[in-house]
Order: sequence, then structure tokens, then C-alpha cells
Amino acid sequence: MTATLGARPAPGRGRARARHRLAVLGFMAPAIIGFVLFFGYPLVATVVFSFTKYDLINAPEFNGLDNYTFMFKDPLLIKAITNTLWFVVVLTIARTVFALGVASVIARLKSGVGLIRTLCYLPSLAPPVAATLVFFMVLRPNGGPVDSILGWFGVDSPLWFSDPAWAKPGITAIMLWISGDLMIIILAAILDVPQEQYEAAELDGAGPIRRWWHVTLPTISPVLLFGIVNSVILALQLFTQAVVAGSAGSGAADATGSTKYLGYPDNSTLTFPVYLYTQGFRYFDMGYAAAMATVLFIISFAVTIVLVQRMRKNSSAEEGGPGA
Amino acid sequence: MRKHTRAALLCVAAALTLTACAAGKGGGANSDAAAAPGKDDKLTLTVWSNYSDRELEEVTKALKTFNKKFPNIEIKHEGSQDDDKITAGIRSGNTPDVALSFTTDNIGQFCSSGAFQPLKAYIERDKVDLNQISPAVREYTEYKGNRCAMPMLTDVYAMYYNTGMFSEAGISAPPKSLDELFEAAKKLTKKAPNGDIEVAGYLPTMGFYANRPTILAPSFGAEWEKDGKSALASSPGFTEMMTFQKKLVDFYGYEALERFRAGLGQEYSADHAFHQGKVAIMMDGEYRTAFLKAQAPQIKFGTAPFPTWKPADYGTAFTTGTIMGIPKGAKNPGAAWELIKHLSFDTDTIVDLSNAIKNVPSTKAAMESPKLEVDEQFKTFIDLAKSDKLKGNPVTPIGDAHIKAVTDFAVSYTSGKVPDLAAGLKEVDKNIDDQIAKSGK
Repeated sequence: MTATLGARPAPGRGRARARHRLAVLGFMAPAIIGFVLFFGYPLVATVVFSFTKYDLINAPEFNGLDNYTFMFKDPLLIKAITNTLWFVVVLTIARTVFALGVASVIARLKSGVGLIRTLCYLPSLAPPVAATLVFFMVLRPNGGPVDSILGWFGVDSPLWFSDPAWAKPGITAIMLWISGDLMIIILAAILDVPQEQYEAAELDGAGPIRRWWHVTLPTISPVLLFGIVNSVILALQLFTQAVVAGSAGSGAADATGSTKYLGYPDNSTLTFPVYLYTQGFRYFDMGYAAAMATVLFIISFAVTIVLVQRMRKNSSAEEGGPGA
Repeated sequence: MRKHTRAALLCVAAALTLTACAAGKGGGANSDAAAAPGKDDKLTLTVWSNYSDRELEEVTKALKTFNKKFPNIEIKHEGSQDDDKITAGIRSGNTPDVALSFTTDNIGQFCSSGAFQPLKAYIERDKVDLNQISPAVREYTEYKGNRCAMPMLTDVYAMYYNTGMFSEAGISAPPKSLDELFEAAKKLTKKAPNGDIEVAGYLPTMGFYANRPTILAPSFGAEWEKDGKSALASSPGFTEMMTFQKKLVDFYGYEALERFRAGLGQEYSADHAFHQGKVAIMMDGEYRTAFLKAQAPQIKFGTAPFPTWKPADYGTAFTTGTIMGIPKGAKNPGAAWELIKHLSFDTDTIVDLSNAIKNVPSTKAAMESPKLEVDEQFKTFIDLAKSDKLKGNPVTPIGDAHIKAVTDFAVSYTSGKVPDLAAGLKEVDKNIDDQIAKSGK
């Protein structure tokens, strides 16, 4: 085998291999071209622009590490990073747990499953702007439905999108409402757990909670890890809901373009992507925005690698079984 | 492995080349005046604006009046195009001939980057008398002496007050000083037995509706810059503005005020607090007269110049407005200039448009026109526009970064989070200066 590999291939065989490679390349070409045009090129361009002063109109001028060093004296950047980290931690945990909880309940339902499943999934189809405005109206203090219900119990409703302490939880609530896509994926994984495993656990005396903990959860853990990675990326890219909630909170939901007040209240809704957009398209500093995008990409990439490696470790541990 | 490295390097090199090419795209800006079209020339002028619905129709009508001078020029008016889209259009080469921007925040960028072409050569060639436009409006359409835009109507801001509530509270005349405003706000405020605010005499939340530092600045004599540097901390007007607004916030109580404010409607909806009789005095632009008459005819209101810190400043006002420019790469710059000139100076067109969308005309001749429909409430804005006390936005190359910095600070300060006002304003100055320095303009 070793001798064969080391030997020079016969000319006829070489041509066949080349033809085969060309055919493979031909079939892959659409994907490769798409990847290079819509991922590779923008990525390289972003990194290049991050080392320039670029106002979007004139050719970029190389300015070394200026954009990166400015990050250390930009107070709003710290605020934007803090807000996004808050979402990465809270939204990721809340979204995964919420979707898992809803999926687990639906999986146990005996009747009306189709209707409930549809009702839980539907909000994820709502356009983000409309969904956020609906939530804004529902949570509105002084007359909103939630405020009225809380009023019956003598409880003052939080000010939600007008209070820096409640704006992010408010946006998290919107994101949970539209997390039906993740719920459906987790539900499919739960329904895919082999029934005999439950029966074996039941024979061993395990109750519903222990069956869920020791059978369901380990079996669907790869899907849960996917959900976590997906939620982390969603949190890192949170933009539309933050812009709309901030604008509505400041009374300018119906204002146009740059008259919107981004980050309201007290920059609590100024996420990293919102600030990146602000720098690039409202302050016309695309070089700095590109530097911010590069940092965001590196962080997203690193977090994804860590989570994927962890997922692989878990999978191989499961395949190896106890003692492997 | 070496093959893969070579392929990757090749891809990166190709991407770099493409990046360099794409970044330089966008057509040329020309400092020479392009020739005007012949009277019977056939061509299509594309106009982008951010208007929609009824206003889009009215502006389209005004654009069509250009056909009296050039009957064969077709005007294609596309609405809902904000500044982001204008910039993207210039970059991609899909450029309109005339771009209308709703905000003056970006004029510094538009002029300094060449996004809007310089108009000096056209103005000199056609001997245009810019003195027909008020100085403040002239200021917000140029940057560092480079005129790259012209105004299409203007917005002027003043005080609106609910006359019914004034009579009920026994207030006979609109306040002229800050002390009078404070006393009126106290008298007009109504609270429920549990302390909840039912009606706010005057809503001092910074950044909400038109209660913004930029709009309030002229009433306090607040200066934005000195010697090319941000000078908020050294401007007594800014200190007074923050102190006065905080005094009002403290009168209501921050928590109570926020609870009240959070339940108010959006700025451009029929649910606006003034339309609903929940606010008795407010600052707003002249366009609100039309909104009120259409959406809340039951509200009886008056208008007056906003109260000022110093009596000598009474009659001052903030002004801003829609601006028009010829974007870089425009296909018909000569014809585009003729259209801009028509919209900027043709008195009948300006007056008809002003009557239709209730904005203040941008030329002195249009303001004096007998055809201009001026009722009692709108007259306040015309009188303010005719005065030489108007003030516009400070023009910078950093978009609205300076405005956001001041508004953010004002919100923090009035909520009681900033213990040292002077130190806080100095920090804002530093942030604005850093941002401008970073722009390199």
C-alpha cells in the first residue's frame, strides 16, 4: 500500500483523476463561488478596511492600528460590549431553557398537539419590527395589557423600554416569544429519543423527572449544544429588536432614518451591532466599524470553536460509553 | 498543504484587489458647473427623498412645476430614501440626480467627503443671491465654506401651549422667561390622589419628542464650539439648560415622571401627548400645527417663541430642514442644478409646497408672498423665520455623534446619575473632540 502511494501514477490514471477532480470542482463551483463572493470577499474586505480611515465615499486611507487603539478610549464601545455580553449570557440561557421547556411540555401532550405546536411556532414567523412593536404595546406602562393585569394585583408594572434596568429583559422577552424555531428543533430531537430507553429506565424505577434528566437530556444534548451556539450567535448579532425597542421607548418609533434615537434608554439597548451600524452609517467611520466587525467576528468564531469542540468531546464520550 | 496555502493567498489577493477597486468607486465630483440643459432637451431626472404618503404626492407636484421651464424633462421621484440609501447609491453608482435629505446632521459629511457636489460654481455662474435665504439656513447647508446643498423649506421650532388649560389655570399669557415657564408648568400639572401625574405642565425629559438639547440650545444661548473645539463645559448656556431641565424633573420626581412618560404615544402618531391633552406646554416644529388640526381638532392651542434664559434672546429659535444636493456621480448635474435652483428660489412653487405640507418657506420673498396661508398659530413661525435670531445645528463631519453625546449626557444628568455637571460636560467635550479628530476632517 505504501509502495503504491509513493509510486508515480500511470498517465491514463492521472488524466482520469484530473477529470474526476474537475467534475467534482464543477459540481462544487456554485457553492464555492457563493462562499467566496458572499463570505470570503466581505470578510477580507472588512479586515482590510479595519486598518483604514474610510468615509464610505472616498478611497480608504491606511491608518495602521488607529481604529483598534481608539477602541480603548471609546466609552460607548465598552457600554455596547457590556450590553452584548449581557445578551450572550442571559439570552442564551433563557432561550435554550425556554425552548427546551416548551418542547418538553408539548412532547408530553396527549391531545391538541398540532394546534399548540403551531401556536408556539407562529410568533417566530412574525417580522422582527412588527413583533417588537407588538411587545412594546403589550408591555406599555399606563394602560398596556400587562400593566392592567399587574394592576389587578396591586403591582406596578416595570417601565420596560423606558427603564435602563428593564430594557434588556424586555428585549429578552421578545426573543423568547419568537424562539419557536429552536423549540421545533428541540421537540423533533425529543420525539426522536428511542422509546425503549424510557421503558428500560421505567423498569429500573425511574420516575418522569429522572427519565427526563437521565434519558431525554443526554440524548438530545447535541441538539441543545446547537441551540446554544445558535443563541450565542443570535445574541452577538442582536440589532433590529434593539433599534426598534429603543426608538419606541424614546417616542420616536415613527421617526425616520437618522432621526431615531439609538440606544435609548441610557444606552441600555445599544448592542455591539447597533453601535457598529451607528459608527459606520451615522458617523461615517466605516474603518472603525470594520475594526469593530473584525473583533465581533473573532469573538463569535472563538466562542463557536469552543462550543463545537465541547460538543465533539461530549459526542465521543457518549460513543465510547462508560469507562471509554 | 502548500497548495492550500497558495490557493488561500490567491483568494486573499483577489479580494484585496476587489476591495481596493470597490472602495474607490462612485463616480467623480466636479467643481466646475455643468452646462444647463437646453429648453427642449429630453432627459429624465431622478430625485430621491424620504417623503411618503401625502407629503410624497405634494412634493412630486412641486417637482412637476419644473416642467414649465423644461417641458421635456421627465421627473422620477422616489420616496422613502433615507441618508443610508443615498450613501449606498453613491457607492454603487446607482445615483439619483438630486438627493433630498431630511436631516441637516449629515451635511458636514456630505460636503467634506464630496458625496454632494460643490455648488459654488453654479451659484457664481447664475449669480444666485443667497441673501434671499436666512443666515442660519445658509449655515446648515454648507460646511467650512463649501456649499454643497440648498434648502427646500425649513422647520422652525417654538412653544405650543394648550389655551384651554391656560385659561383653567388662570394663566393669561404664554411664559417668556424660564422662571415663568417653571411657574406655569407647576400650575398646569395635575396629579392623581396617589401622586401619579395625569397632566404634565411641561415635559422636561431630554431626548423625548422635540425636547432635545439641539432644539433647546438657542433659548439658553448655549454655544457648541469655540476655536474649533467642543465647548459645552465653558458655555454657561449648556450649564443653565441642564440645571433648568433637572429642576423641572426634580419637581415631578424622576420616577413619577418616567412612569407618566412611558405611557405616552409616539411623536408622529395621533396618540402624541399634546394631542391627547396630557401635556400643556411643549417645544415643537411648525409642522405640528397641521398635525394638530388634522388629528386633534378638539385641542385649542396657541404658539409663541420659546421662553429664554436671557430676555435679550427672546424671539430666537432652532431651525433645521430638508436639504437638496447633487450626489457624486449624478448623470445630469446641469439639469439637477436647474431643478434645485427652481425648488430653492421659485416663489410660487415654494409657497404652494409650504401651504401643502405646512413647512416654513426658505426664502424671504416666499415668506412675504400674499399667497402664503398664515393663520394665527403658523404666524409665530413665520415671524421667527423672518428674524435674524435663528440658530441651526452645529455642522460637523461626524453625523449626529455630537448630538447623541450631549443627549445621552442630558438624560443621565437629569435622572440624577451625574454628580458633577461641569466635569460631565468636559467629558462630553472630550468625547466629541476625539470623534472629530478620528474622522480626520
